[in-house]
Amino acid sequence: MKILVCISHVPDTTSKINFVENDTQFDTQGVQFIINPNDEFGLTRAMWFKEKSGASVDVINVGGPETEATLRKALAIGADNAIRVNTAARDAQQVAKEIVTVMQQNSYDLVIAGRESIDYNGGMVPGMIAALKGMNYLNNCIGLEIEGSQATAIREMDGGKETVTTPLPLVIGAQKGLVEESDLRIPNMRGIMMARKKPLTVVEPTQEGQQVQTISFEKPAPKGAVKLVDPENIDELISLLHNEAKVI
Amino acid sequence: MSVLIYAESENGQLKKIALELASFGKAIADQLNTNLVAVTINCENNDLLGNYGVNEVLAASQQGDFNAQQYAATLSEAAKSIGAHTIAVSSSADSRFLAPLVAVTLDAGYVTNVVGAPISSNPFQVKRSVFTNKAFSVCEIATEVKMVGLSKNAFGVHENQTTATITNFSPASAASDMKVTALDKATDTVTIADAEIVVSGGRGLKGPENWHLIEDLADTLGAATACSKPVSDMGWRPHSEHVGQTGKPVASNLYIAIGVSGAIQHLAGINSSKVKVVINNDPEAPFFKAADYGVVGDAFEVVPKMIEKLKSFQAENA
Ligand SMILES: Cc1cc2nc3c(=O)[nH]c(=O)nc-3n(C[C@H](O)[C@H](O)[C@H](O)COP(=O)(O)OP(=O)(O)OC[C@H]3O[C@@H](n4cnc5c(N)ncnc54)[C@H](O)[C@@H]3O)c2cc1C
Repeated sequence: MKILVCISHVPDTTSKINFVENDTQFDTQGVQFIINPNDEFGLTRAMWFKEKSGASVDVINVGGPETEATLRKALAIGADNAIRVNTAARDAQQVAKEIVTVMQQNSYDLVIAGRESIDYNGGMVPGMIAALKGMNYLNNCIGLEIEGSQATAIREMDGGKETVTTPLPLVIGAQKGLVEESDLRIPNMRGIMMARKKPLTVVEPTQEGQQVQTISFEKPAPKGAVKLVDPENIDELISLLHNEAKVI
Repeated sequence: MSVLIYAESENGQLKKIALELASFGKAIADQLNTNLVAVTINCENNDLLGNYGVNEVLAASQQGDFNAQQYAATLSEAAKSIGAHTIAVSSSADSRFLAPLVAVTLDAGYVTNVVGAPISSNPFQVKRSVFTNKAFSVCEIATEVKMVGLSKNAFGVHENQTTATITNFSPASAASDMKVTALDKATDTVTIADAEIVVSGGRGLKGPENWHLIEDLADTLGAATACSKPVSDMGWRPHSEHVGQTGKPVASNLYIAIGVSGAIQHLAGINSSKVKVVINNDPEAPFFKAADYGVVGDAFEVVPKMIEKLKSFQAENA
């Protein structure tokens, strides 16, 4: 089985979010970049298939050279090959199309992307890959088993979950629950050493044009101070919620 | 040229997010000087959409369970049949599932997490939240067909009386070899996605045996229950209750956090809730900087009191 895991290179969850160049660019100064957490859940599940059934695992990122450290981390966790499409990510369809172009060269049985990236929160890339390739797709995936060419996957939906069976090839949008937090792997020294020798192939982009353009960024308006209520006077809290906030 | 929305229903009845989406769609249609069309699937109260500005309902019926491929095909076909140039969907799990498939079929530029009516219709610019609610961006969609996904609770439900013509819509049947083999959906509890009020517990509650406090408060308010990440990681509560940057987003009217410190990753996910209340015994807890109302106190004393006071408040106001 061949698995492709899409890796988004995102600011660490504690990063200060600031913008530069007249609020048109994200300020990367002092920001640590990580594997998008939803992608990491997917990558960890892919490692499980590698160890259990000898699957091969490729990782891919559409981005500039600065994303290679993140791809190397995925290799250190245990992926076999990394591919970087050498272009800035402009919008979701462009990213999906670049990934699909790479997929033409290799036929993958399973493509895993995160449910969404934690920077732009688009949540579109896995579905678009599936639609462009005519593959089956399941998002919010919290369980995945594969038997031969048949997959059984669990999708979380609003207020519940459903179990779906589907033939491969399949694209999933991964999230927490697909593996447990405690299953996540911190690369060890050996993994890091090996990752240096693993192939990281750079391919040139094929897509032109842009459907959606970010014009500018802004930060939310500063919030007013909290109104503190005495724990001995919970009636006041209820009255504030009823009369002032009008939420109960 | 019409604006098209996908108005979701559950058990035949329109969901509240469908009415919010209709209100949003009406604002776009007004900006573009065109009419508003809704697609519904297996919906029995289509008339209601007329109260929120929908001029025409294309009412489809589909056999079997929700299937994103089939529902996406229906929506795409409807968009083509009326020549829709703007398509709006909600942020429900189902809509977020099917929308990328529609965007590819229609070659539409698609923007999710939109927080209000378009800033301008030509060029078509919308504001969306990014960095998990830590910032916003203004995006321009350049394609002829445009798609937007509305963030929950970002626009509100607004009445706009019209009469909707209801037409049966029979899309060509789309094949799918994905089959639902088990469905596990709570029917008696309020879900985080649909809740007006969410009551959330953190590590400050000390253990799962104390969760009756959260549940009782939630029951009293008709609220959904949620928790912080470590609480679900330790197995005190199911993963489906984990809210925050790596869990579920919350966009309720009222969010009550009990024994939650207010880490940046937690706050990111719940920030779009309208009113935030924190109960925490540490006055230095970061949550107090993000909250509208706060009680510095012991959850084990404050919460039972709050339940009692709420019950008498409800009895008086009943
Ligand atoms: C990559 C990454 C992603 C993350 N994503 C998320 C996420 O999506 N969601 C999330 O929630 N976290 C997330 N976290 C974890 C986050 O950083 C915090 O660790 C977590 O939110 C803390 O949970 P907590 O508030 O329940 O616990 P704590 O931080 O331990 O806070 C417990 C609070 O309870 C208070 N308390 C104690 N006893 C009482 C009492 N008797 N009465 C009242 N108050 C009391 C304490 O004062 C304290 O403020 C993430 C972390 C990382 C690194």
